[in-house]
Amino acid sequence: MGPESVAASPTSDAVPGLPEYAPRPFLLQDRRQETSDTVTLTLVPADGGTVPSFRPGQFNMVYAFGVGEVAISISGDPTRDGPLVHTIRAVGKVSTALTRLRPGDVVGIRGPYGQGWPIDAAEGKDVVVVAGGLGLAPLRPVLYELIGHRSRYGRVEIVFGARSPADLLYYSEVQEWRRRTDLRLQVTVDSADRSWYGDVGVVTQRLPDTRFDASRAVAFVCGPEIMMRFVAQALEARGLAEDAVWLSMERNMKCAIAQCGHCQYGPLFICREGPVLSYRRLKPLLAWKEL
Amino acid sequence: MGAPEEGPARHYLLARADFQSLFDALAREGYTTLGPTVRDAAIVYAEIRNVEDLPIGWTDRQGPGTYRIERRKDDALFGYNVGPHSWKGYLYPSRERLWAAHRSPSGFTVEPPEAAPPRYAFLGVRACELQAIAIQDRVFDGPYADPAYRARRASSLRIAVQCGQAGPTCFCASMGTGPRVGPDHDLALTELLGPGSHRFLVQVGSPRGAAIADRLPLRPATEEDLRARDALVDQATSSMGRSLRTDDVHDLLLGNPGLHRWEEVARRCLACTNCTLACPTCFCSTTEEVPDLSGDRVERWRRWDSCFTLAFTQLGKGSVRRSPTSRYRQWLTHKLASWQDQFGSSGCVGCGRCITWCPVGIDLTEEVAALREESSAKTAVSGGER
Ligand SMILES: Cc1cc2nc3c(=O)[nH]c(=O)nc-3n(C[C@H](O)[C@H](O)[C@H](O)COP(=O)(O)OP(=O)(O)OC[C@H]3O[C@@H](n4cnc5c(N)ncnc54)[C@H](O)[C@@H]3O)c2cc1C
Ligand code: SF4
Ligand code: SF4
Repeated sequence: MGPESVAASPTSDAVPGLPEYAPRPFLLQDRRQETSDTVTLTLVPADGGTVPSFRPGQFNMVYAFGVGEVAISISGDPTRDGPLVHTIRAVGKVSTALTRLRPGDVVGIRGPYGQGWPIDAAEGKDVVVVAGGLGLAPLRPVLYELIGHRSRYGRVEIVFGARSPADLLYYSEVQEWRRRTDLRLQVTVDSADRSWYGDVGVVTQRLPDTRFDASRAVAFVCGPEIMMRFVAQALEARGLAEDAVWLSMERNMKCAIAQCGHCQYGPLFICREGPVLSYRRLKPLLAWKEL
Repeated sequence: MGAPEEGPARHYLLARADFQSLFDALAREGYTTLGPTVRDAAIVYAEIRNVEDLPIGWTDRQGPGTYRIERRKDDALFGYNVGPHSWKGYLYPSRERLWAAHRSPSGFTVEPPEAAPPRYAFLGVRACELQAIAIQDRVFDGPYADPAYRARRASSLRIAVQCGQAGPTCFCASMGTGPRVGPDHDLALTELLGPGSHRFLVQVGSPRGAAIADRLPLRPATEEDLRARDALVDQATSSMGRSLRTDDVHDLLLGNPGLHRWEEVARRCLACTNCTLACPTCFCSTTEEVPDLSGDRVERWRRWDSCFTLAFTQLGKGSVRRSPTSRYRQWLTHKLASWQDQFGSSGCVGCGRCITWCPVGIDLTEEVAALREESSAKTAVSGGER
């Protein structure tokens, strides 16, 4: 059974007697400034309980007390028990409140929700990972998994793009990954000044450079929708099958349990059937304008 | 809940003169009775206690964008068609507190939900409305079932009333949701009103319905009463004002996002959200954070939302469905097509509320017909391709 056929199941440690909607308090242990507007938060349950396990690509609803709740991908390491990690960009009311929290503050968490990347289907295959900007956050758990169980996978090709060098996430980690010889990581930025020695250009320009066996490869792609569309087309042109390409979709989300209706995308609820979906399923929907 | 047997054995008669006994029985069984009553020149659902609260001798005249109540020539208690309200307002309130929390040493503590759910008796549930409730049951069920909805639903009693007439905006017959009341109800009434005789055929649909029936001064019904009921259902079927062809609607709507008609209807649509609020199955909601003045206690509320608003699809710098075209298209394709993929049935029961309560009288049956016509004209031109 592929992830698309797995029905959503409640995996969260819901507070007994309370509806699924109720958040569980988590303590902010560590806060790291990634870029001018983006931080990575490390969280542990305030009740001393365990952090629910998750599959790469899943997300939580993260709640700022008195402000509101937003969907945020889990960006930590799925291969070991550890704190919960979220990378959040300040774009509006709730996300800004979350990025302003300090160690010792408390946030609410419910989840994890949604279908993640079909990592199992990647075993024995070449893996292409393409991330644009904040799209690296839901893909970082994939990289931890690939590196943690490196022998399970074939070639690993990673392309990571950002608007500018100042927008690169997980900078020191990315540098480490670049030094590895068992995978290839290309970093490109849309624009840069002369202090940048790396590639300049959008991620699709780096794709021809990637090497993989299209007959036994899978691709995981996350970034702005338009970028994912172009990347999927380019990968298809390189011979990857539609159901070997996986995208993580983003829609307005209020409940994450397929009841508020906001995240509907044609017949899909992005929170339940997604956010990670195969290009085979998405391709006809991506052709609709304003779906 | 077992299906009631046909034949007169499980059918009884309640005299009009004894109808108050139903209200009394419901009260004694601890139900809050909700039913039709005249308010602000409309027949709405509200808490009622007495037979006099019913819209005795009233009916309605409906059409696209129009609704008027008027006097009937008789004293029927249920001689009207569905109005602006639906039972959704009670099972899934337009505003509901999801939870509350206060600051505490561990950050914050979520308070347990409030006391027992209300025990509602819905009096006057039409065939299409029973189906609308069943549709919302499927939305709020599943692995993340909404416990508050489920509790209200489980404790409520559905007393159906057969329609003896259909309205001009009704099309339940073509949606397969009416006009005959289906087997899934607690009690079903048919108002039999003839010269010198005013009585109600009572069918028992569940043990809880039977508990109420036991308290009523009933006498056995005859074959003739059942025939009178069937004649009424036939009358409702033949007076059905509209119809919608459903066999091709899934592929028609999902296969034609680019038809001109979408733009055309969107020029008339005001994106006022009336249709989604009046619809008994529309379930979209949003949440609100309500902190108290100190900021130490917050309440989280859910309220109805509508896919017709711009904010509904807000994402990053703007909204996904910016044009009214994309919003009307979302509503109609969801209601009639993708709903089938999601929940295994249409999201429309053919009650006609969205037609009546649309200020500009947009009629989905007409829109579907126009979309079909444009689509088949296109297919004909392109030589039947695709
Ligand atoms: C599955 C999923 C995973 C996500 N993962 C991350 C992540 O790892 N890191 C991160 O920084 N952001 C992530 N987002 C985006 C994040 O949810 C939004 O940035 C956030 O909701 C913005 O809310 P706000 O109150 O700060 O902004 P406002 O602009 O004030 O939001 C207004 C309304 O629009 C909604 N909204 C606005 N933008 C988005 C959006 N992009 N997605 C969903 N709803 C939106 C908000 O929920 C709110 O209801 C993810 C979104 C989804 C759907
Ligand atoms: S879409 Fe219109 S006719 Fe259908 S159930 Fe909703 S309100 Fe009634
Ligand atoms: S279809 Fe009619 S009722 Fe619905 S949003 Fe448009 S104008 Fe309002």
